[in-house]
Amino acid sequence: MINTTATIAGVSFKNPIVMASGTFGFGREYGRLYDVSLLGGISGKGLTLHAKAGNPGIRVYETPSGMLNSVGLENPGVEAFLAKELPYWETLDTARIVNLGGNTLADYVLGAELIQRDADARLLAGKPAVDMIELNISCPNVKEGGIAFGVKTPAAQEVVRAVRAATSLPLAVKLSPNAEDIAEMAVMCEAEGADAVSLINTISGMKIDVRRRRSVFNNLYAGLSGPAIKPVALRMVHQVSRRVTIPVIGMGGITSATDIIEFIMAGATVIQVGTYNFMNLRAGSTLVEELQQFMKEENISSLDEIRGIV
Amino acid sequence: MATVISNERLAEGVYHLVVEGGNSGEMGQFYMLRAWGAYPLLSRPLSIHQVNDNGVEFLYHVVGEGTEILAGLNPGDLLELEGPFGTGFPQVEGKVALVGGGIGIAPLYYCAQKLPGSDIYLGFSREPFRTEAFRPLAAELTVDVGGLILDSVDFSVYDHIFVCGPHPMLKAAQLKGIAPEPAGKRPDVYLSLENRMACGIGACLVCSVSCKDGQRKACADGPVFLAEEVLFHD
Repeated sequence: MINTTATIAGVSFKNPIVMASGTFGFGREYGRLYDVSLLGGISGKGLTLHAKAGNPGIRVYETPSGMLNSVGLENPGVEAFLAKELPYWETLDTARIVNLGGNTLADYVLGAELIQRDADARLLAGKPAVDMIELNISCPNVKEGGIAFGVKTPAAQEVVRAVRAATSLPLAVKLSPNAEDIAEMAVMCEAEGADAVSLINTISGMKIDVRRRRSVFNNLYAGLSGPAIKPVALRMVHQVSRRVTIPVIGMGGITSATDIIEFIMAGATVIQVGTYNFMNLRAGSTLVEELQQFMKEENISSLDEIRGIV
Repeated sequence: MATVISNERLAEGVYHLVVEGGNSGEMGQFYMLRAWGAYPLLSRPLSIHQVNDNGVEFLYHVVGEGTEILAGLNPGDLLELEGPFGTGFPQVEGKVALVGGGIGIAPLYYCAQKLPGSDIYLGFSREPFRTEAFRPLAAELTVDVGGLILDSVDFSVYDHIFVCGPHPMLKAAQLKGIAPEPAGKRPDVYLSLENRMACGIGACLVCSVSCKDGQRKACADGPVFLAEEVLFHD
């Protein structure tokens, strides 16, 4: 019997495969292609307190083994999410993670409070619809907020502290590879009461259109994701998991069961799959199957056997 | 998985791909195609040119690495096909004009089959292609090379006009559709938009289109939109 389960702050994951924010909507679209309840979890599209239209111009550009995106956190806002998407989430049998971004400190706090209040109301009805908040302080594509909070540890500390005070829901903080010192950032998150850290968000990158002599993106820079960033992500997960005792949620270019195993061996408790959802619309179900197969072949009966062994 | 039946070059950089598999879809919908491994990273959205008994047909223009690989496919080769996706052209009644520019004629062939008796307008900047295939399906066929095909269309005589073509043509069609006509009909003008996509199913939001009622998704809410709903920023 192969055991793929994992637990973070009392939240159980039936397997370590969680869909990464920004690549999976709120699950509905992929839900038409396969049963998303077979996933370990879903981290929803990054939300801000108020709806955001996102960035104009080109929003995606392919690179060797990766892609740059400049979506700029287009989202319906926290309240619209709670009203329109959360009832759908309640029908799913998977860990439900709300990814929360913000323009200002107050936005983060108000957003967390709204989610908490709603989760409490639904708890009264006996059915929690949010299992965890993933605090996004690392989006490179928004001018205000986002990564501005995620680069310098003191700025990040202020947000994490305020949001921790605003919610009793399990809290993961999503870290940026562009942080000055990602391990120090993670240590701070643990000290401020975060239940987990997730890493890495996209790496700030650029693409120039040489004929038009300008960046292809209106925002100049964009976020690089996909297999191209996997070695960097793996190294950072390894580094961070050695410095903190809270669980690490690892992500960056995962496209196979062996990629998942690498992240678990580097110290991740669960992993997230992002860009691969675009390469294979059935990435989630493919990986769930492949992971079982791989563990069977390698005689791994539980992920606990290999977690952090490298 | 789908199998390539034929992949014929019609003009400079323009190909007609016939595959076995995925034999469903409505006018103006599209499939995501992939005939490679990890690179290019993303699949390519191609509109349905025609659905036949065994599969689906596409007309595409080679513009980058993905379509370059598609152009190299031979009969018997395999490719991944996901779809059909998107909200296409509506099934309508009344007098219809189908207006295509360049590779934009691709989705209109299936429309011509579904809406017999339509007037068809095909415009090309250089070498025309597939025009003879359209001829038996059209009440009237107008082909223009080097000019502006929209100039040939009298909007006041139609109930519905379906347009697919390059960006400036779509903007011009929108303007013509909302311009007050001295007499005659005010047609419903539908535009089939093109945009870069990552997922193709409405999850990633890279193909957002600005509309009067906010941001819409080219892949799921479109690619076909009522012209008056779309806000062109440039």
